[in-house]
Amino acid sequence: MAGRTAPILAVKNLTVTLGHGIQTARVLHDVSLSVDAGMTLGIVGESGSGKSTIAKTLVGLHRPDAGLMVFDGINLGGASRRERASVRRRIQLIPQDPYSSLDPHLTIGQTLAEAIDPIRARVSRHKAEIDAALAAVALDPSVASKYPFEFSGGQRQRIAIARALIVRPDVIIADEVTSALDVSTQAEILSLLRDLKHGLNLTVIFISHNLAVVNQICEEVVVILHGEVVEHGRVRDVFSNPQRDYTRRLIESVPGGRQFSLVSREDSQDVIKSAVERET
Amino acid sequence: MTESRERHVPASLVWGLGMFAVLVAIAIMAPVFLSDAANTLSSESRAEPSATHWFGTDDLGRDIIARTLVAARLTMLMSLGATLLSVVLGVLIGGMVWVGPRWLRETTLRIVDSTVAFPALVLALVIAAILGPSASSAVIAIGVAGIPSFARITSNMVAPVMGRDFMSTSRLLGVPPWQLFARHLLPNIGGPLLVLIASSFALSLLEISSLSFVGLGVQSPDYDWGRLLNEGLPAIYSQPLQVLAPSFMLIFAGVAAMLTGDGLAQRFDPWGTQPAAHRSPNRVIARNGNQTASLVEVKCLRVTAANGTELVRGIDLDIASGEILGLVGESGSGKSMTAMALAQLSPDSVTTEADVMRIGDIDVLSFRNRARLAREIGLVYQDPGTTFNPALRMGTQVTEVARVHMGLSRRKARQVLVDGLRDMRMRNPESVMQQHPFQLSGGMLQRAIIAASLVTEPRLIIADEPTTALDVTVQADVLRQFKKINEDNGTAILFISHDIAVVQALCDRVLVMKNGEVIERLTGDELSKGKVSHQYTRELLAATPKFDVALDRRSSKGGGA
Repeated sequence: MAGRTAPILAVKNLTVTLGHGIQTARVLHDVSLSVDAGMTLGIVGESGSGKSTIAKTLVGLHRPDAGLMVFDGINLGGASRRERASVRRRIQLIPQDPYSSLDPHLTIGQTLAEAIDPIRARVSRHKAEIDAALAAVALDPSVASKYPFEFSGGQRQRIAIARALIVRPDVIIADEVTSALDVSTQAEILSLLRDLKHGLNLTVIFISHNLAVVNQICEEVVVILHGEVVEHGRVRDVFSNPQRDYTRRLIESVPGGRQFSLVSREDSQDVIKSAVERET
Repeated sequence: MTESRERHVPASLVWGLGMFAVLVAIAIMAPVFLSDAANTLSSESRAEPSATHWFGTDDLGRDIIARTLVAARLTMLMSLGATLLSVVLGVLIGGMVWVGPRWLRETTLRIVDSTVAFPALVLALVIAAILGPSASSAVIAIGVAGIPSFARITSNMVAPVMGRDFMSTSRLLGVPPWQLFARHLLPNIGGPLLVLIASSFALSLLEISSLSFVGLGVQSPDYDWGRLLNEGLPAIYSQPLQVLAPSFMLIFAGVAAMLTGDGLAQRFDPWGTQPAAHRSPNRVIARNGNQTASLVEVKCLRVTAANGTELVRGIDLDIASGEILGLVGESGSGKSMTAMALAQLSPDSVTTEADVMRIGDIDVLSFRNRARLAREIGLVYQDPGTTFNPALRMGTQVTEVARVHMGLSRRKARQVLVDGLRDMRMRNPESVMQQHPFQLSGGMLQRAIIAASLVTEPRLIIADEPTTALDVTVQADVLRQFKKINEDNGTAILFISHDIAVVQALCDRVLVMKNGEVIERLTGDELSKGKVSHQYTRELLAATPKFDVALDRRSSKGGGA
């Protein structure tokens, strides 16, 4: 990974421990990754692998025990409170669950206004920006006066994206944003993200368990297993020529993929044992 | 909670608020019109009930009814004051601890916990004794004594709201703590809080009256209902009406508050007001001769929601013995409703009708066959995490079907399940049986459910999105298990999924559902070759991301690591 232009976001030897008291667990060990401006980096892994923890640590929801986080030349570990606060707004996280990410008691306009002005959150003062953000995600301005319960999951996810965009971030971290959605809605959201990325020159970190989706929209990919990076490289290289058995197993498990088979074979010992039983 | 707007107002709420209105009217009017009669001393000491004094007079010749009604204002105001004190401070403490730093929350909540353990009335007595007997000290005493429980309950209600993503997003955006509390937390706990306030009012009323009754509250010449009870006590045998009047008012006010609280609770309870629907009787029990052909036969299945929306619009389906039928569609297509109707597990709020619905020779629509139905079909749900009771060991839960429906002994049931789990290729079935559900991964749980559902040797397994909550590698594994069961035992499977790729990999035949209708019937082969005719199926296929990466077979073992 040497010899590149300076990445907009880089993480080196990040270690994160979660929990308190006796219930602590090291969730990330020595994670290093970087993403160049304007690129889409996929982070794939299974549940519990720590991929959401990476996202939450990047936006400041978790504090790392060790490691370096550099955003646009600013070392976040050594940054002052104010610097961190301004960086925070330049990295926006879109959470997974569109039913949990919008306050049911605020109108869409209020939710968006809060993102612009966290203290007063006046809708009337930011009407133009709200309309523009809604237009960017292909929603009508009239949406602003409605409440979240009036919208479907896909529409809510659009609103969550609008809230991230209204802050004018450089980096968007999309944490499993399509996994709660139907496939056709997923396709719409993915193409929306792609258009926005190109239109606004965003850097996107796309976290997903779905290899097919990552394959479709990412340029680079990081594979996480048990809180460690097991593979990092261009999507095409990693998926067609995996260096680790785990990555290969992931690839073989994608239903509808060329490598998928319903014949049990991954526990070779069991297969051999049953074969022996059949013989005798 | 916003959805509750269209629901009807519960009767208890109407009654409670009506009674409250009467009380408020009395509290406003009585002191204006009746204070003369209530406070003027007269010579008619302890008069019997008469036309002028319906309940008689007290020892100083004052009208008992007038005094009772006039006392309403002070009693209500004091209860209100005490309630407000507990609510405002309790909610502030309980809510603000969540937007502050963690150590502050832990410390505050531990202190609150230890004060909650102390009986509120005893606490109030101590406070009242320290402050000295007076009306205001009673209000402060009861109010302060109520703070800990309100703080505790508020904190418990806030905790799940804090876990929702909008809270962390707002915090990241830089919303200050006070705004987090006022803008997000308070509205989200508003409904249950109202309920609590109503019942807390009833409690304050009782406690304030108790304090006045024992002489620590309102002092002469002022009087509230507690004080009136105290005054009436010496003559309770000779003149019971003097005690009865304030007692009645106390009960009336208490009931008003309780009914209001109960009504509010019903209104905010999402499950409380669902009208139960009845199964429509006008079905035709058609028993055709072709029972051998298919295991499951469903003709013209309609599922209607309570508000008249058709969730399933007259679909037909049949499943042959040993066949895997896939039901694919997006959310709201009616695929789960179809499956639940077939298993007779539809929610009470929907109506299920069908011309024919049978599994083997069981008429599913008939209630008599429920026990047999339970043996003939195995059910596997989406979220293995919520299927099990976290408090019980796996062994107790997975053997339940074997013990209850098959009548096996505990030991025998255990043996059957251990074998079943081993067939599911679980590594240590004996130790899994000893563990609690939360100690196992989702894939393990789902395999345990499948094993448990196979105990009765069902002819049909209904699997509703069984792999949706699982990781891809685990999903692949569970799908292989389904295939194996199907091949080894000839068990038919109704496999419901939103994922067309999963369905085409597993199923012999596939029905595509949309808006409660089957819009296309395909073989698994046709689907995987893309030979579909309906526009919607084509769109679904197009929307599903392809994973056509060609893996270089030799790359990993040879070149890697």
